[in-house]
Amino acid sequence: MRRLAAVLAALLSLGAAPKPAPVSLDELLAETPAPTLDAYGLFTDAGARTPNAGLTPYALNTPLFTDYAEKSRFVFLPPGTRATYTPTGAFAFPVGATLVKTFAYPADLRRPKAPLRFIETRLLIHKPQGWVALTYVWNTEQTKAVLKRAGARVPVAVIDRRGQPLTIDYAVPNTNQCKECHSLSGELAPIGPKARNLNGDLAYGGKRENQLAHWTRTGLLVGAPAPRAAPRTAVWNDAREPLADRARAYLDGNCGHCHNPQGMASNSGLFLHLEETDPANQGIRRRPVAAGRGSGGLEFDIDPGSPETSILLHRMNSVEPGVMMPELSRTLVDEEGVALIANYLRSLPATR
Amino acid sequence: MAISHPAIWGAALAAVLLGAAAEAKTLTVSPGPDAQERVQTALLDAKPGDVVSLEAGTFAFTDGLSLDIDNVTVTGAGQGKTVLSFAGQKGAGEGLLITSDGVTVRDLTMQDSKGDGIKSKGADRISFVALTVEWTGGPKETNGAYGVYPVSSTNVLIDKVTVRGASDAGIYVGQSKNIIVRNSRAEFNVAGIEIENSTDADVFDNVATHNTGGILVFDLPGLPVMGGHSTRIFRNQVVDNDTPNFAPKGNIVANVPMGVGVMLMANRDVHVFENEISGNQTSAVMLVSYSRAFDDKAYNPLPRDIVVRDNRIGRNGWLPSLPGGKMLAQAMGGAVPPVLWDGITSYPGIEGPAPRLYVKDGPVLNLNLAKPGEVEGAKPTVTATLGTPGLPERAAVVLPGSQDKPAS
Repeated sequence: MRRLAAVLAALLSLGAAPKPAPVSLDELLAETPAPTLDAYGLFTDAGARTPNAGLTPYALNTPLFTDYAEKSRFVFLPPGTRATYTPTGAFAFPVGATLVKTFAYPADLRRPKAPLRFIETRLLIHKPQGWVALTYVWNTEQTKAVLKRAGARVPVAVIDRRGQPLTIDYAVPNTNQCKECHSLSGELAPIGPKARNLNGDLAYGGKRENQLAHWTRTGLLVGAPAPRAAPRTAVWNDAREPLADRARAYLDGNCGHCHNPQGMASNSGLFLHLEETDPANQGIRRRPVAAGRGSGGLEFDIDPGSPETSILLHRMNSVEPGVMMPELSRTLVDEEGVALIANYLRSLPATR
Repeated sequence: MAISHPAIWGAALAAVLLGAAAEAKTLTVSPGPDAQERVQTALLDAKPGDVVSLEAGTFAFTDGLSLDIDNVTVTGAGQGKTVLSFAGQKGAGEGLLITSDGVTVRDLTMQDSKGDGIKSKGADRISFVALTVEWTGGPKETNGAYGVYPVSSTNVLIDKVTVRGASDAGIYVGQSKNIIVRNSRAEFNVAGIEIENSTDADVFDNVATHNTGGILVFDLPGLPVMGGHSTRIFRNQVVDNDTPNFAPKGNIVANVPMGVGVMLMANRDVHVFENEISGNQTSAVMLVSYSRAFDDKAYNPLPRDIVVRDNRIGRNGWLPSLPGGKMLAQAMGGAVPPVLWDGITSYPGIEGPAPRLYVKDGPVLNLNLAKPGEVEGAKPTVTATLGTPGLPERAAVVLPGSQDKPAS
């Protein structure tokens, strides 16, 4: 009897397991970053498979290509705070806001829904003095992610989309490299959570909803108009959308974070963010300035009508440092991206 | 009472001492395995005022390095003693990227970066001192574009730097302001030293030799910073620039003819004086307009307010690497005059008077081109000199006092 009672009590106490501790705002805002990811309490399990209360998943209409890595994204806002809508640029986030992005691979790239091996989890934390970028690299056992500030290379063995074995020399960025992309006039800033990138549906526990509407309804965002009145980035791989929109969206997501007047590549004068309207600034018959061997012996960034003689496509097609663009975030060629941009360049009128 | 307690005083003193120690420290990194992570970690850990010291020996890197902390000095044990090798580089567009202010990089050698060598972007008070940046396989199209590469920067010091093998410009200063390039050596590059879309530059006491072109001052259209002006080029040795152009096509310097000493293109207020210019088979000094189509209404493609005076000009121009150059040299008694001007004095859409040029060091070969770059239609004439003196010369560039201390 007594034993049975003990077992019952144990079972009951299991059933009444205390709720997991909330996300630790203190830890997020601490001066020194935590050595391991679990310290923040962003997830309720050691393997970071279950997000804690207060984290909301999000997705971008057209994301950056990162060697075919699967990415999961969450936004955390301190209780009682909201982000403020802006039609251009990233939303204005409150202090303590944290963007959480995990990069992961399935064993077989043809089955992206299969169990994933986590490689790294990146945090962008909005501290009182500005945004801070951190990355945590997962151990092989997938039980612990450790702060890595100086970058790393992680070999990732997968089956590629043709069914062949492939080892990706995955590059974890160093803290400065985070900022090279996430730079707005020299200050670290989020790239993804802009109105136009979030203006699309996402499944929330099986129910699809427009992300801007969801963020507004759940109190994450103030000031947003109805989604149809908000700007929207095209979905780069949705063939139902116009080719030019998809291509511009791809260039925005993969190049525009540096190639804009406030970005790392501002000196190039080549601006590939969606808001750029001047054809020459977009690269049409634009001559390279500091491309060096990246020019590939070609005359123009974009030679309209001719992908073969466009430097932009040449650099997308390369994996050689000094030639390849973007300079960071990939070691492989994004074949679908190259095909999309090639079609787009071919579609541009060749006349001056 | 407690205040007089010796332990309290001791603690206070210790705190003061610790505080002083925390003000500036040296982070020393030795060569060996994991150089990438150890050096990059030091570049992240450094606090303003710190020194990152790389000991003698060869560091082998697999990726680019970067520094984003103000007022840090990165130093080696000396050129050729501390060697940063990027032969195994797998990523990033340069060897070392600097994006913070008040940084000095000195006393080391960088080799074989896959893209540019050392780049600063948007940096104020950036100093490159006693560096060698080189591609060890000799001049090759596959070498990186720029050796030392400050861009969009302010207060730039390049002192006692050697660059060899860059497939664009060895020392390249772009879209920058207030610049000194001195005591440096550029050899076996396409362009030795290039000042582009920049303002207020003094380039002096340098050696530019065995490049395709020695010293270039350009202004290009369609860039965020345009209208470069006010450069002085003096007391340099610009000799024997004789390396065939190996720049990848598409780059502006791919059009620089082999054997140019000093080339000024579409820039304003450039004074070239007291240099030694010899052994350049195309021309000692070329003054040319930007010859490609451009849409930029704010751009002026003509070189103007140019002074060329009191240079020691030796043998140049015996075989210009230009269409018809050989015939031209023969027709002119074996060599073309040392100064070559394209003769363009106006451009549709450009308002204002004809460009003012004063060339004391004649004779001057005026190609009298009808349009920029149309060398085939040249109607060459020769004059002893060009223009009249009196164009004002900008005062010497002065860098902030803390930046330009005499080198130790």
